[in-house]
Amino acid sequence: MSTQPLAISTIETPWTLPSKGRVGMFSLIVAELAIFTIFVVAYIFYLGKSISGPTPRQVLHLPLFNTICLLSSSLTIHLAVGALRGGKNAAFRFFWFLTFALGVVFLVGTGREWYHLIYEDGLTISTNLFGTTYYSLVGLHAFHVIVGLVGLGVVMAFALAGKVKQEHIYRVDVLSLYWHFVDVVWVVVFTVVYIIGR
Amino acid sequence: MASDTIPISISIRLPQETRSTWLETLHEWVITVDHKRLGLMYIGYALLFLVIGGIEATVIRIQLAVPHAHFVSPQVFNRMFTMHGTTMIFFVAMPILFGFANYLVPLMIGARDMAFPRLNAWSFWMTAMGGVLLYYSFIGGDGLYGAGSAPDTGWWAYAPLTSTAFSKGHSTDYWTIAILVSGFGSIGTAINILATIICMRCRGMTLGKMPLLAWLNLVMSGMVLFAVSPLTAAQIMLMVDRYLGGHFFDTQAGGSATIWMHFFWIFGHPEVYILIIPAFAFVSEIVPVFSRKAIFGYPVMVAATVGIGFVSMSVWAHHMFTIGMPSYSNAFFVLTTMAVGVPTGIKIFNWLGTMWGGKIRYATPMMFCLGFLFQFLLAGLTGIMLGVAPFDWQLGNSYFVVAHFHYVIVGGILFALFAAFYYWYPKMTGRMLDETLGKWHFWLFLIGFHLTFDFMHIPGILGMPRRIYTYEPGRGWGIWNLIVSIGVLFQIAGVLFFVFNMIRSYFKGKVAGNDPWDAWTLEWATSSPPPAYNFLVAPEVRSRRPLWDLKHPEDPDWKYE
Repeated sequence: MSTQPLAISTIETPWTLPSKGRVGMFSLIVAELAIFTIFVVAYIFYLGKSISGPTPRQVLHLPLFNTICLLSSSLTIHLAVGALRGGKNAAFRFFWFLTFALGVVFLVGTGREWYHLIYEDGLTISTNLFGTTYYSLVGLHAFHVIVGLVGLGVVMAFALAGKVKQEHIYRVDVLSLYWHFVDVVWVVVFTVVYIIGR
Repeated sequence: MASDTIPISISIRLPQETRSTWLETLHEWVITVDHKRLGLMYIGYALLFLVIGGIEATVIRIQLAVPHAHFVSPQVFNRMFTMHGTTMIFFVAMPILFGFANYLVPLMIGARDMAFPRLNAWSFWMTAMGGVLLYYSFIGGDGLYGAGSAPDTGWWAYAPLTSTAFSKGHSTDYWTIAILVSGFGSIGTAINILATIICMRCRGMTLGKMPLLAWLNLVMSGMVLFAVSPLTAAQIMLMVDRYLGGHFFDTQAGGSATIWMHFFWIFGHPEVYILIIPAFAFVSEIVPVFSRKAIFGYPVMVAATVGIGFVSMSVWAHHMFTIGMPSYSNAFFVLTTMAVGVPTGIKIFNWLGTMWGGKIRYATPMMFCLGFLFQFLLAGLTGIMLGVAPFDWQLGNSYFVVAHFHYVIVGGILFALFAAFYYWYPKMTGRMLDETLGKWHFWLFLIGFHLTFDFMHIPGILGMPRRIYTYEPGRGWGIWNLIVSIGVLFQIAGVLFFVFNMIRSYFKGKVAGNDPWDAWTLEWATSSPPPAYNFLVAPEVRSRRPLWDLKHPEDPDWKYE
C-alpha cells in the first residue's frame, strides 16, 4: 500500500482521450472562423456606406443554384464517409467524386457571377466600398473552397487508384470536417451578403 | 529510493562509430520534428532577435538621452521604434514562449512528442521566415525616403499612414507579410499545443491533475486562435487596399481608418495576455518548488486564467480612449479593463499564498520570480490607472504608457523568462548555470530595469509624447531621459553576464542530473537532457505532483487532492 509503482496499472480502466485529428481540425476551424468573422463584420459595418457605384440591390442576384450545389456537397461527403466506414469502397468513390464535382460547379458558378458583375455591372474590388468588401469576403470563401477541393482532389486521386480503404476512414473523416466548415461559412456569407445586405 | 524502483527513463548512449560531420549535424537540426529541438531553435532564434531588438532600443535611448541630439535622423528613428516593437513582440516574445511551451508541454504531460510534429516544424520555419523577411526590408524595402528602408509606421501600422499614398515603396508590405507569415506559424503552434494537451496526456493525468504550465499554455493557445486571426484578416484587408485598389481604410471612399484600430487592437490586447500567461506559467511552476510548498489554490488559478482569457477579449478599445468614441463605449471598456484586473490580482495573491509558510530558497530562478511579482504588480496598477479613461486622455500616447507596458513586458515577462532559463537550462543541457554569475545578472539587470523604467513614468506625467525623435531642452524632460538611458547600460551588462553564463556553463557547468531542484513535475523524471523518446515507459500519475508521490510514498499527494 505504501509503495505505489508508477507505471503499472493495476486497474485496467480505459484511458481514452479525444482524437488528435479532430481536435486539430476543430482548432483550425475556430481560427478560420475568426478570420471570416472580421470580414463579415467589415461587410456589415460598411453596408450602405459606399459613396458611389452599384449597390447590392442593383447587381446581386440570389445564387440559389450554386448554394444548393454546395450544400448538397456536404450531404454527399457525409454519405461518402459513411460508405467508407462501412467498407463500401465503390459507393465511397461515387459520392466523393460527386462532392468534388459539386464543389467545382460552385466555383464555376461564382466565376460566372463575377464575370457578370465585373464586365456588365462594372463592379470591381476598387469600384466602391461594396465592391471591396464583397469581393474580399466571397473571394476569401472561394479561396477556402479551392483549398478544400485540392484536399478532396488528392483523396480522389488515391481513391481512383484503389488505394483508399476502410482503415483510412480517420483521415477522410477529418478532411470532411473541413469541407463542412466551408459549407457553414457559405451559409453565413450567403445570409449576410445576399439576404440581409440587399 | 522510490524513484529508482521503476525505470522511467534510462539514458542510453550508443557508442558513436563515426562522428557526424558538421554538415550532417546541421542537416539533422534543419529537418528535425522533435519538439525539444524545435523548442531550442525557437529559443535560440528569439535570443538572437532579442539582441537585435535591444540594439534598436539602445539607438532610441542614445538619441533621446539629451535634447536636440543628432545621433540618428527622424526617419531612421521612426524605423528604430517600429522595428524595435515589431521585433520584440513577434520575433522575440512569441517565439521564445512558444519555444518553452514546445519543449516543456510534452514532457510535463508524459507524452512522447507534440500531436503534430511536422506541423510543429512547419510552424517554426514559418516564424523564422517572417523574421528574415522583416529584416530584409532594411535592404529591400524601397521606402518614402529612397532606396532601402524598413517599416516606419509604428508597430501598430495605423491607417491611413499605411496606405500607398502615405507609405510609398514596400516598407509597409514587408511589415504586413512578415507578420502574416509568422502569424500562420503561431496559429500552427497553437493548434499543436491544444491538440497535444487535450489528446496526449499520460494515463491518470486528468485535466485537473496536469501542471499549471500545461493549463496556462492551453488557455494561451485558445487565445491565439481567436486573437491572431483578426490581425491576419486586417492585414489581408491592408494588402487589398494597397495593391488591389480596395477601400477598407480609405476615408475618401467612405471607409474608416478607425476600423483598422479596432481590428488591430482586437488582436493587440489579447496578444499581450497571450504573452503574459506563459510567464505566469513559469512563475506558477518555479515559486512552489523554491517555497517547498505546492501551489496555493490550483483550481482558482485555473479558473482565474480562463477568466482572464475571456475577459481580455473584451477590453481592446482601452487603447482607443482618445479617438472620440461615445461616452457609453468608453465606459464599457473602462469597466471591462477594471474587471480583467480581478483574476490577475487573484493569481498574485495565490503566488504569495504559496510562499507564505514555505521554506524559501533564494536561488536565481526564485530571485527573478520575486522581481516578477513586485514588478508585475506595479505594472498592473499603472495599467488600471490608464484604464480610467479621463486619466488616459491625459497620459495616453505619452511615456507613461511606454513605461507601463515595458514594466509588464520587461519587468514581468522578461524576468519570468530569465527565471525559466535558470530553472530549465539544467534540464535542457544537463548542466547547471552558475549561481554567482546568475546573481550578478539579476542585480545588474534589476538596477538597470528600475533606473530605466521607474523614471520613465516621470517624463510621461510631465507631458512627453511617444515616438518623438527629440525634444526641447527647457521642458525638464532632459534629466529623466538621461537617467532612463543610463539604465540601459546596466541592463546590457546584466544580459552580458547572462550570455556568458549560458555559454560557459554549457561546457564547464556542474552536471545537473535528472532533478537538481528536487521538483515534482514529470520533466524531472527523465534524464537531463531527455532522450529523444522522452520517457522509456509511459508514465502514470495519480496526483498533481507525481514525483513527490514517488519520493514520498508514505505521504503521497493523491491522498489529499
